[in-house]
Amino acid sequence: MPEFVLTVARFGFLILLWIFVFTVVGVIRRDLFAGARSKSIVASPRGVGGAILQGRPAKAKRGKAARQLVVTAGQLAGTRITLGEAPITIGRAEDSTLIITDDFASARHARLVPRDGQWFVEDLGSTNGTYLDRGKVSGPTPVPLGVPIRIGRTSIELRP
Amino acid sequence: MKTRRNAELGLLGFAMLLVATFGWTVEANQYGTVSATFWVPAVLLSILFLGLHVVVRLTAPYADPVLIPAVALINGIGVAFLRRLDIARAIAQKDPMPGVFAGTGGRQLAWTLASLILAAVLLLVVRDHKIVSRYAYTLGLAGIVLVMIPAVLPGSLSEVNGAKLWIKFGAFSIQPGEFAKLALVSFFAYYLVRKREVLSLASHRVLGLDFPRGRDLGPVLTVWLLSLLVLVFEKDLGTALMYFGLFVVTLYVATERSSWLIIGLLLFFGGVYVAYLLGEAVGGPFANFYDRASIWLDPFAPKYIDNEGYQLVQGLFGLGSGGLFGSGPGAGSPGFIPEVRTDFIFAGLGEEIGLFGLSALLVTYLLIVERGLRAALAVRDSFGKLVAGGLAFTLGLQVFVILGGITGLIPLTGQTTPFLSAGGSSLMANWLLVAMLLRISNAARGPAAGGVGPDRPGPKKAPTQLHGAMTEVIKP
Repeated sequence: MPEFVLTVARFGFLILLWIFVFTVVGVIRRDLFAGARSKSIVASPRGVGGAILQGRPAKAKRGKAARQLVVTAGQLAGTRITLGEAPITIGRAEDSTLIITDDFASARHARLVPRDGQWFVEDLGSTNGTYLDRGKVSGPTPVPLGVPIRIGRTSIELRP
Repeated sequence: MKTRRNAELGLLGFAMLLVATFGWTVEANQYGTVSATFWVPAVLLSILFLGLHVVVRLTAPYADPVLIPAVALINGIGVAFLRRLDIARAIAQKDPMPGVFAGTGGRQLAWTLASLILAAVLLLVVRDHKIVSRYAYTLGLAGIVLVMIPAVLPGSLSEVNGAKLWIKFGAFSIQPGEFAKLALVSFFAYYLVRKREVLSLASHRVLGLDFPRGRDLGPVLTVWLLSLLVLVFEKDLGTALMYFGLFVVTLYVATERSSWLIIGLLLFFGGVYVAYLLGEAVGGPFANFYDRASIWLDPFAPKYIDNEGYQLVQGLFGLGSGGLFGSGPGAGSPGFIPEVRTDFIFAGLGEEIGLFGLSALLVTYLLIVERGLRAALAVRDSFGKLVAGGLAFTLGLQVFVILGGITGLIPLTGQTTPFLSAGGSSLMANWLLVAMLLRISNAARGPAAGGVGPDRPGPKKAPTQLHGAMTEVIKP
């Protein structure tokens, strides 16, 4: 085997190794950007608009549909759930979609249900109650984008 | 979110191409010619990993796409390097080229098959990582028993090179500690999910740091004592550091209190320093640790260089002669380094692929750990967060302990290099760890389907009493 071929193989292997590493980083980067893009949309004033709309729930459907549920405060802060057709259950019970280990949360605390593209929050008879912004939730209430739902120490929001 | 399974398949193919390149260069350097079958080990490995890929497609379609290819690369390079050592030995003994399944490389290939089957079974059986929390106490007990078995067994059944970490059955031996760490992570996570409120809320504030109350220190002191016992009776600093670090980090993740890290570091270094002083003054069970620490302080001392320090010094020479770009796969002389198949595989590999190649492998490890922590951040339940964080951290800590030992940063201890060194226990345990991370990342990245279990209850169904959890019964 000529010396030249061995040298090419030796450096070729190292270069391929690093190309592999960078390809892996590239795949990860696409994941990161998928999260970052939705974050920048949230930073725009649309969240404020949602809060104003809250008084007129019938028109809350205006604007973009909610695609993500984001936990903004509490032990699970930073967690995102991609919304689909299925309802989201929140509570301490092990089979909830979002499991909150919080002394102020009940086992089955609240749930979010989609109806015609609009999400409704419903309290499931929790001990300490569910709050949409500052009002206590008594029946199924439409949830505008960017308005915090508070359960114990945890706060969640719907985002486009 | 997309499943990214095709990206995983592509990366897997790339990783196997790298393994084949390594095999080709080894044969070119060792024999001067390349046989027509140099690609066989790489293709066999590809078939194995493809099998796992298919299982992941079926059972965890949203799992992280990077984990399997990154681990497969390290695993594959390990098999190829062990085969390279077999080839060198066969040439020295003037034997024909070893077959694919011969020698340590062939055995590692078989262990890979066994590990992947175990990982696939875990993915098939554990469809939801929260199920594991139901067996937390059983797992905790099993973990402690596994750690303690080698300490209790007589030295002839458990001692290899001064460290009592093994259970030997004739020619066959397993390292129970490798499996114990998986069980202990699950137990710690479950325990801390239940206790985190108390541990993070009740505290004294001293010097701007929140310190926990005295009685809440109980569990951390127990684990500290346990790891010091491991240090003394199993004579292994690495394992002790592993269990203790694991617990402290899980505690930190659960409570977000940096005071736990400070308490943990102070306790560990204090304990180790006392053990060192005792080893110098009293000897007895502390003598082994004292020796290792002295070798670490000055491996080139005339007293050690040809005796106890020989392997460390040869490893350092190997890394040094590899330099920046290494001698090329198959062109170095790892035969000089004792234990190059197990503890010192990084030194042998470092001589052939150099600092440049070694850092690529380290970055690959780092990416695996990062993906684990990422899954921990994104998953929606505290138990999953703590398990994924703990497992990912364990993997990183293990790489740190062995690489720090080889390069002389910390005293050398007999940890295995995950996925790389020869040995079935380590490979199986670490593939199980990866399978668990895949399962958790699938839960983290997948859409909120709502239908987690087959028995998804309606809102009116009375809450069932969950194991150990304080469930309130609500009367509407």
